[in-house]
Amino acid sequence: MRGRNMNQVTLNINGQAHTLDVPADMPLLWALRDKLNLVGSKYGCGVGLCGSCTVLVNGVPMQSCTLSAISLAGKEITTIEGFAPNNDHPVQIAWNDEDVPQCGYCQGGQILTAAALLERNPNPSDADIDDAMSGVLCRCGTYPRIRKAIKLAAKVAAEKGGAA
Amino acid sequence: MNATRQHPDLNRRAFLKVSLLASGALAIGVHWASASGTDQLPDGTWAPNLYVRINRDGTVTILSKNPEAGQGVKTAFPMVVAECLEVDWNDINVEQVPLDDRYGRQVVGGSYGTPDGWDDLRIAGTGALYLLQAAAANQWAVPVSECSAKSGVIHHKGSNRSVPYKELLDGAAALPVPEVSELKLKSRPEDFTLLGTFVPGVDNRRIFTGQPLYGCDTRLEGMLYAVFEKCPNFGGKVLSANVAQIRELPGITHAFVVDGTSDLTGLMPGVAIVAETWWQANTARDQLQVNWQTSQSDSTADYDRQAKALATGPGETLRADGDVESAFDSAAKIIQASYYYPFVSHANLEPQNCTALFHESGKMELWAPSQNPKSGRALVAEVLEIPEDRIHVNLTRIGGGFGRRLRNDFMVEAAWIARIVRRPVQLQWTREDDMRHDFYRPAGWHHFKAGIDDRGRMTGFDHHFITFGKDGRPVSGAGLSPGHYPAGLVPNFRLRQSLIDSHVPTGPWRSPGHSAYCFAYQSFFDEVALAAERDPLEFRLDLLSRSFGEPPIDLERSSATLRIAAEKAGWGRDPGPNRGLGMAFHFDHGGFVSHVAEVVAMGSGIKVEKVWSGIDVGPVLNLSGARNQVEGCVIDALSTAQQEITFADGAVEQSNFYDYDLLRIGQDPEIECHFIQSDHSPTGLGEPPIAPATPAITNAIFAATGTRIRELPFGRAGISVQV
Ligand code: FES
Ligand code: FES
Repeated sequence: MRGRNMNQVTLNINGQAHTLDVPADMPLLWALRDKLNLVGSKYGCGVGLCGSCTVLVNGVPMQSCTLSAISLAGKEITTIEGFAPNNDHPVQIAWNDEDVPQCGYCQGGQILTAAALLERNPNPSDADIDDAMSGVLCRCGTYPRIRKAIKLAAKVAAEKGGAA
Repeated sequence: MNATRQHPDLNRRAFLKVSLLASGALAIGVHWASASGTDQLPDGTWAPNLYVRINRDGTVTILSKNPEAGQGVKTAFPMVVAECLEVDWNDINVEQVPLDDRYGRQVVGGSYGTPDGWDDLRIAGTGALYLLQAAAANQWAVPVSECSAKSGVIHHKGSNRSVPYKELLDGAAALPVPEVSELKLKSRPEDFTLLGTFVPGVDNRRIFTGQPLYGCDTRLEGMLYAVFEKCPNFGGKVLSANVAQIRELPGITHAFVVDGTSDLTGLMPGVAIVAETWWQANTARDQLQVNWQTSQSDSTADYDRQAKALATGPGETLRADGDVESAFDSAAKIIQASYYYPFVSHANLEPQNCTALFHESGKMELWAPSQNPKSGRALVAEVLEIPEDRIHVNLTRIGGGFGRRLRNDFMVEAAWIARIVRRPVQLQWTREDDMRHDFYRPAGWHHFKAGIDDRGRMTGFDHHFITFGKDGRPVSGAGLSPGHYPAGLVPNFRLRQSLIDSHVPTGPWRSPGHSAYCFAYQSFFDEVALAAERDPLEFRLDLLSRSFGEPPIDLERSSATLRIAAEKAGWGRDPGPNRGLGMAFHFDHGGFVSHVAEVVAMGSGIKVEKVWSGIDVGPVLNLSGARNQVEGCVIDALSTAQQEITFADGAVEQSNFYDYDLLRIGQDPEIECHFIQSDHSPTGLGEPPIAPATPAITNAIFAATGTRIRELPFGRAGISVQV
């Protein structure tokens, strides 16, 4: 019967090692939410279409609902909880200054995706933003603010004299 | 302004109640009672509508009674208290309270949060300040009128003395409570310092650091996870299911049939699967075999056929002013057109969920992302036969409402499962469950006929609306009020209605009725203006310049929003090749909104470049929240205009964002908001901006491309929205 065997995996999440027993096919999203009570990564579609479940894997935004937990051993996983817990990252500062959220449900995914964009492109154009961010749905329609906040974050990061 | 507040029930009056808590904090509450005295709850406790605490350390705690679904109430309401109490925003804490009858209405919906709270909040803040000032004046033996307040400090100018509120709490508590009519409540935008400014949301930090906030974030000791499989064909019953086999699957703790009821808004029949992790519960569904008994086979194709047949009939007349037929006979020109929009889904980004714990004592405890938890509690009480006072509902932040969560099917499902399981359990729907078991915005067909005179004024307007109903009445979310615009603005007016029988669940969808109907009539107005060779702005302003009988809406406030949107958009300019401007106006839920959209044609697609909005909802409370709602409404309109829910064999055909994709970043227009600030009581913004957004865009599409969109979604006219 499928999924009968539990697999043990050690995941490096937010700088901490966690050893878990998970079904072989369990996506990282559910390992985070139900095994580790890290509920910042959100379930929106389960099939890679909304980006609410975005985490950083070795710094790259990935949709945790489409990655099996056991495939991530040895990778560095960052969730929104571990991204910048003091809320002082330029993206978080800009997100607050522009007051991006409405319901807020998508925003963890938006923030991680935006931070990864700025990491590799400190001064993104509108087209770069569309490109990088189009995988993260916002049902409430906060897109104009997301765009403004990314540009503001780029400025904040530049003023801080470092990469975002 | 007279400070005696009138409740919709004219025999009720506001009272202030002040007390010193054990912690030494000064507590201020407001409640509405019969004019003769105070109302008490059956248990003898007093029932405040609102509660504010000034703490010993100088901070102020405001209890937020309404659920927060992104409409911004958890930030805007405390701002009103801070404004009236003259304290710094940084000294304010907000606490979400559970469902509790003492707090009166606890609903997100109908944009009523703002009008409901406006008086209570100002009374609480102003009443507390009144007492603090009086306490300071007493202490210094000076007249109250010589004392002023700012940033949590009372100041006496003559003697240059100051005292912080926190040192006045005992003195204030000892004073007689003022009559509400003695309070001078701020009401004019020019008196505000905090209100009307841009204030970020109070939950932002928690959101940005991924802290638990939402219904699905609830985690309880020993909690199990559940899924609930319902028949895709609405109303289907379970004849049998292989639950014994499912129970053998890894991680599964329970699997059972729920007989349920036949109430589409309540506990529907289905199969519950409960497991140690949600993934295991949901994966077990792959092996689930249910033998369903179905009783209907509604389909979009069949609805279309019925609508076509009804279109030629007379329908039921809901309103008839003057004589439309003779107006048409004497008209200089007749214009006719038919419009259609499909069913749509709410598609909240947080799929429905609820966490429940049935305590050994017989008490049911729920954690519910509900827009209307009180009705959810009543539903649970009715179906599970548990007295309401044994049901406790905790309110969580909500990942999108839009009217979907005014229905509480997910609450009763979770409660039912939890009572059987006897452990805390979280029911989490999949996206597919959510899309296939929504309460859809019903489709509608509108057949319009207008007659204009030789000056191009509408003299007759006939509107045949074909919608869905049961027993001669429209189903939820399907009705149109006979007072709807342009009733009362055209001398000869007739509204007729025909109903199609339906067996699918429907319900309120963001600005129910308005957000659908406005697309139809405001597009048709453009057609009439064009046929009359009149400018769409001038045509609309002229229509708002006179009424026949009582004006149905405030004509001046309506026109002002049109004028400002048009002025800011540069209405009348030549937008250039392949570009066009379109406009629309609507009034609903107390708000007046006009939009002008600029569209550019790009091959077979279009791009909505910019939208200028003119809005009058009285004074703006939080500029950030207000703009956010306008932006969100415009984007929602554009997104939804590309979507449709269709039915085949009694079930929904769409299932996930594959076939119901929402607008993505880059497709959104730039949006410029212009608020007309007035001292009318403020009203909500979660709904009014959406209705006129769709027709402003479709009218602009016509101006840019010559394609008149008479049917939604846009795809029917071969139009897509480009990045
Ligand atoms: S939940 Fe992973 S992309 Fe939607
Ligand atoms: S803020 Fe609600 S989904 Fe993005």
